[in-house]
Amino acid sequence: MDYVIEMLNIRKEFPGIVANDNITLQVRKGEIHALLGENGAGKSTLMNVLFGLYQPEQGEIRVKGKPVKITNPNIANDLGIGMVHQHFMLVDTFTVTENIILGKEITSKGKIDIKKAEQEVRKISDRYGLAVDPKAKISDISVGMQQRVEILKTLYRGADILIFDEPTAVLTPQEIKELIQIMKTLIAEGKSIILITHKLKEIMEVCDRVTVIRKGKGIGTLNVKDTNPNELASIMVGREVVFKTEKKPSVPKQEVLEIINLVVNDSRGVPVVNGLNLTVHAGEIVGIAGVDGNGQTELIEAITGLRKSESGTIKLNGKEIQNMSPRKITEAGVGHIPQDRHKHGLVLDFPIGENMVLQTYHKKPFSKNGILNFKEIYRKARTLISEFDVRTPSEYTLARALSGGNQQKAIIGREVDRDPDLLIAAQPTRGLDVGAIEFIHKRLIEQRDNGKAVLLISFELDEIINVSDRIAVIYEGKIIAIVDPKETTEQELGLLMAGSKRKEAGVGTND
Amino acid sequence: MTKRLRNLFIPVIAVLLGILSGTLIMIVSGYDPIAGFTSLWYGAFGDLYYTGEVIRQVTPYILSGLAVAFAFRVGLFNIGVEGQLIVGWLAAVWIGVAFELPKVIHLPLAILTAAVAGAIWAFIPGLLKAKFRVHEVIVTIMMNYIALHITNYIIRTVLSEKSDKTKTIFESASLRSPFLEGLTDYSRLHWGILISLACAFTMWFLLEKTTIGYELRSVGFNHHASQYAGMNVNRNIILSMIISGAFAGLAGAMEGLGTFGYAAVKGGFTGVGFDGIAVALLGGNTAVGVIFSALLFGALKVGALNMPLESGIPNELVDIIIALIVFFVASSYMIRWIIDRFNNKGVK
Repeated sequence: MDYVIEMLNIRKEFPGIVANDNITLQVRKGEIHALLGENGAGKSTLMNVLFGLYQPEQGEIRVKGKPVKITNPNIANDLGIGMVHQHFMLVDTFTVTENIILGKEITSKGKIDIKKAEQEVRKISDRYGLAVDPKAKISDISVGMQQRVEILKTLYRGADILIFDEPTAVLTPQEIKELIQIMKTLIAEGKSIILITHKLKEIMEVCDRVTVIRKGKGIGTLNVKDTNPNELASIMVGREVVFKTEKKPSVPKQEVLEIINLVVNDSRGVPVVNGLNLTVHAGEIVGIAGVDGNGQTELIEAITGLRKSESGTIKLNGKEIQNMSPRKITEAGVGHIPQDRHKHGLVLDFPIGENMVLQTYHKKPFSKNGILNFKEIYRKARTLISEFDVRTPSEYTLARALSGGNQQKAIIGREVDRDPDLLIAAQPTRGLDVGAIEFIHKRLIEQRDNGKAVLLISFELDEIINVSDRIAVIYEGKIIAIVDPKETTEQELGLLMAGSKRKEAGVGTND
Repeated sequence: MTKRLRNLFIPVIAVLLGILSGTLIMIVSGYDPIAGFTSLWYGAFGDLYYTGEVIRQVTPYILSGLAVAFAFRVGLFNIGVEGQLIVGWLAAVWIGVAFELPKVIHLPLAILTAAVAGAIWAFIPGLLKAKFRVHEVIVTIMMNYIALHITNYIIRTVLSEKSDKTKTIFESASLRSPFLEGLTDYSRLHWGILISLACAFTMWFLLEKTTIGYELRSVGFNHHASQYAGMNVNRNIILSMIISGAFAGLAGAMEGLGTFGYAAVKGGFTGVGFDGIAVALLGGNTAVGVIFSALLFGALKVGALNMPLESGIPNELVDIIIALIVFFVASSYMIRWIIDRFNNKGVK
């Protein structure tokens, strides 16, 4: 069998840790090969070794059968290896073409021949079905389009082997579908793909074979045909994983959150929440399903006081809270797990301990007469760290140094610990691996079982169906349907999210 | 290398690089570098008088450094320390010449007025930033010019009769200390150094130990998350500018009540406020760091005066050498980057 890439018995050490311990990865020509592992399992390290960013202590790399030494990314490029980074490496103010040719410009007489470059870009994008406007500015195009630019960049440099690092983490379901199509086209054109991911569904859908790593060790390579998501998950995590989160039927009690005719404008002044009505009871999880950009963000910001409501009312436990300050709303009993944990959830340059009191630092026992009590702050931090299984060297470690899953656990610990009557969780499991997702779902359900109200916003339909007790579908700033997760399907939700009206209002789910 | 060690290491390398390039320049232009640096050292620490003068120079440097550092910790670039200093200087002297009061009231009143004046001068850019997102760099630069010309006008018309300096302040408002002067062979050393050190302690305590400081630091690092956590970002922006301006105003009071005892019409800026930017950056924007870097800047400034006298190096060259040291110090980012690269190669 012909392998385009062989990484044999790779070992890579960092001080105090073996990131890759004897891992073997063999990629056949023309296949999509998944590299599966939890956050921190060593996937990125392995790919950085292949891309020339790290040098392995042991092991051999062969490209198309020939042993090679890849000491920097330029060599990787020359060998036809291209990387589509998870965090895009694009210049926002440049056009698509300018970004693609950057570093490998087509010039004539010392000037960049932008026309020729654009033609070249168009040629490649036509060939691989990557529709994108070569003249558009990066800052004006969607995330999905930006990713295409990243792919085009590697193709422009003549890559035959493309590494995709968690490509779907930032995409909407529609964009994911398109990406999968693109990947299939690339394969048909003779490229080979390594897909780094921890999403099992994607592997089952597009990949031919999968190599699993766990805690830095290579566990083995399987044919996707011969396996199933459950098996993959347990191989990856090293124990049985429950996909269907176990939960008792909900016992909804009094109304905690009541939103009536809410109108909220976005930054441009367009009413993106437009006459929205929604009720969340104590003891239930209400999931909001919807395509990104239908007013979810503005809705959360209005509830939490970060954005002004134009009209309508938001009641918490019967009291109106609209347009109150975020602190007053927080203290009235609202917890918020923000969608963007780096930007909104944590102060990354604070120790994790200080992050645990971000809303409560001005209260006893964390401070008295304006003087902070670090002993109490760190005591609280230690409790939360152990209770919520935040893996960190210590409570003094900067939040920046923690993995995404552990950062998220810290935020959830902080929010749940304040014991809010209403917990808003926006995309709480975005970018996390199955182990962490399981943990977070359990915690949300625990809140519900303790008689709290939970509002879950997610673009992952699995998550919405799995965790919610009721699903509210948001479309163009309104809740257009409330469905029972036990009686609905992804297909039905998908249609509702696209704005199609149900034939029978109220009951019945099978159209 | 641990972070703490590295933070200590970088300024030291910066200073050494500055001295090295100064040496080269002296050799190239035909002067004796050893004599040059010896006279620089002697001019700063070779004599009690010089040491007294160094500490006197360090006094306003600490305060202007603290002013820049404080704003910086909240993510603001206060270029207006110079203007706030000038305003504080005038305010202190004004109080000093306008009344004659018991010292226990007069001196604190003059110092406090300077702080308030500086604070008001910084409040304006703070308010504009908070309310209208006007960039503080632009506003503070403009405020510097306004301060310079308004104070000159007031000195000429209100505080004197078309003279280019005010009367000398009453003894009851003076920071002068015959004791300290006697101790240092009649330098102009005054009590202000104690105020500077107290302010450095205040800044450290405020930022590291209080809830106000927690908010300010949090806003400085990530104002989005701070807002989500319920902090009032705009209030913190204004507050940080006010405190920063108060430090700057105090720096002016040190000059007005300590070193000079009057305010004079200025043809240009004093430079102490601008040097404060370099002092703060070299000091890593921490209170302790500012004290040490102010000491370095003070010693260079005072010691340099001795170089032409003792080793015959022309003034201009001295300025270039001092500027080079400052240059390397200010480009400590570059050194940090190089160290990081070495570390990455070694470790990763």
